[in-house]
Amino acid sequence: MNIVVLVKYVPDAQGDRSFEADNTTDREGVDGLLSELDEYAVEEALTLVESGDGEVTVLTMGPDDAAAAVKKGLQMGAHKGVHVCDDALAGSDAVATSLVLAEAIRKLGQVDLVLTGLASTDGSMSVVPAMLAERLGLPQVTFASELSVDGSTLTARRDDESASLTVEASLPAVVSVTDQINEPRYPSFKGIMAAKKKPVETWSLADLGVDVAQVGLDASWSPVTAVEARPPRSQGEVVTDEGEGGKALAEFLASRKFV
Amino acid sequence: MAEVLVLVDHVDGDVRKSTAELLTAAARLGEPSAVFVGAGAQEAAEFLGRYGAAKVYAVESAEVTDHLVAPVAEVLASLVEKTSPAAVLLPASNDGREIGARLALKTSSGLITDAVDVTPADGGVQTVQSVFAGSYTVTSVVTQGSPVITLKPNSVPVAEAQGAATVEALEAQVSDAAKSARITERKEKAASGRPSLTEAAIVVSGGRGTAGDFSPVEAFADSLGAAVGASRAAVDAGWYPHSAQVGQTGVSVSPQLYVAAGISGAIQHRAGMQTSKTIVAVNKDAEAPIFELVDYGVVGDLFAVLPQATQEIQARKG
Ligand SMILES: Cc1cc2nc3c(=O)[nH]c(=O)nc-3n(C[C@H](O)[C@H](O)[C@H](O)COP(=O)(O)OP(=O)(O)OC[C@H]3O[C@@H](n4cnc5c(N)ncnc54)[C@H](O)[C@@H]3O)c2cc1C
Ligand SMILES: Cc1cc2nc3c(=O)[nH]c(=O)nc-3n(C[C@H](O)[C@H](O)[C@H](O)COP(=O)(O)OP(=O)(O)OC[C@H]3O[C@@H](n4cnc5c(N)ncnc54)[C@H](O)[C@@H]3O)c2cc1C
Repeated sequence: MNIVVLVKYVPDAQGDRSFEADNTTDREGVDGLLSELDEYAVEEALTLVESGDGEVTVLTMGPDDAAAAVKKGLQMGAHKGVHVCDDALAGSDAVATSLVLAEAIRKLGQVDLVLTGLASTDGSMSVVPAMLAERLGLPQVTFASELSVDGSTLTARRDDESASLTVEASLPAVVSVTDQINEPRYPSFKGIMAAKKKPVETWSLADLGVDVAQVGLDASWSPVTAVEARPPRSQGEVVTDEGEGGKALAEFLASRKFV
Repeated sequence: MAEVLVLVDHVDGDVRKSTAELLTAAARLGEPSAVFVGAGAQEAAEFLGRYGAAKVYAVESAEVTDHLVAPVAEVLASLVEKTSPAAVLLPASNDGREIGARLALKTSSGLITDAVDVTPADGGVQTVQSVFAGSYTVTSVVTQGSPVITLKPNSVPVAEAQGAATVEALEAQVSDAAKSARITERKEKAASGRPSLTEAAIVVSGGRGTAGDFSPVEAFADSLGAAVGASRAAVDAGWYPHSAQVGQTGVSVSPQLYVAAGISGAIQHRAGMQTSKTIVAVNKDAEAPIFELVDYGVVGDLFAVLPQATQEIQARKG
């Protein structure tokens, strides 16, 4: 089975995330990493291939630094990597991002499964998987918290607020996985050494046949017009319980009309 | 006046409060039309009309409901073609975002997810989003196509209207491609009897500090008529179902009041609750990061503080 895992390089949520003068996310001046939620997709791909045969390719679209996301995927055990990198991509919206990723998947040729995280940890829209399914004309099986493949049939569990669903589709398909599905492995020393020798291709928009006019900030259909840092919440009153803490809490809630 | 399509969020015909918010927001942009998928449109029409829907497009077909996301996007796309709406508003749920994603592609429209405000703008729709765990507010303008926007619950105050909705049945034409992922089984979750997490005005969450005993959290929540949430640590330990997880990979809530009990306040948890109007924490560690955001905090043992507060609240209510 040939599996492509989409991995996004994102600003570290523990650091100071910010915006550029043109209202796009600052992706250069901050520490970045492989979006943690994509580790679950990498892990699932590796498990599926280990119990059968095939290859795992990690694919990212992002600036130079995004190569680090591909590298992390290779260290975990993926076989090869693809990095779509082009200055014209800066500021792309979800529509443009999905266009480029879909073309990259097409260029990879025979793919049985496209695996993604449930959301990136920066834009966190949870729309790229559905957009890929739409563009590639493949079944969409998203928010999978359990996944199994039997021959060419895929079965997944999807939980929503009111019900737990079983969803079935045939391969090839686009699947996004939740953080409930597995426990991602840490790269081993051997994995880290082996990753250095694994092939990574870097593709430009020209390599994909995508017109620069279709991507980037200028092509965005939902451009950001203003960005404002929210004033940090100032700490309110904090009391220490010396036997009357519960009463004090009830008093506060009553004063705010919650009781 | 141009129509504005609103996808109705309902569970077996029971329309969620967030739909009233969508209709209220839609009325700012044009004439709201509700799109109801599933059984029960006729019964829901009174509620939908009360919040401003002039029309209810009703689609009742197993073709649509037995498959994930894609058929609903097709139904909406055909309506967009027919009505050229000023915008399409959807709930900011997993399904809503994904239906919106496909619809945006099908209709060549700009997409905004998790908006907390929408207003008309020159040649389009202006939205406000709260991003990066609530640390930034960004404004965008969608000018392309029929702007597709998912709106977060509790972000728009609802207003009642005078209208009465007329129901118009729609024949759904679902392509084979949209039926490629089939729902083969559906297990309904047991109802907790408490308000739903995303819509509740008050949410009380428990974390690792409960050590697995959620009874003081639940009793306190019940005294306030609140929904119960949980941190991922509590969910991962199997103490509470995943559907109750608040945070980046759980649900995001923005109630009037959020109470975190025995929760440290990790960034991923904050991402899901930081936009709550009033935040309260009970934690025995005075250094816990959750205290940085509270309006009121009690440094203490939740097993002492919550039961005392519960008792006091019940006494006050008489
Ligand atoms: C704060 C913020 C808000 C934004 N709001 C909007 C908006 O409202 N509308 C809009 O059109 N765009 C928006 N964008 C831009 C949007 O995030 C990017 O276009 C984007 O890369 C796709 O959306 P996502 O990151 O939310 O991905 P999601 O849909 O949340 O990602 C799901 C999965 O898709 C895969 N994936 C996503 N992007 C990539 C990538 N570049 N490379 C490899 N795999 C990937 C990953 O597996 C990921 O887990 C926003 C960006 C930011 C930073
Ligand atoms: C990719 C990713 C996604 C994540 N998504 C989420 C998410 O959606 N939601 C989420 O919550 N987390 C999420 N997390 C996990 C998050 O980082 C934290 O690990 C988690 O929130 C911790 O839960 P907690 O506060 O209950 O536990 P802890 O951090 O262990 O805190 C327990 C707190 O309880 C206090 N305490 C202990 N005993 C008592 C007592 N008797 N009375 C009062 N206080 C007491 C302690 O002082 C401590 O502050 C995610 C992590 C990752 C990596």
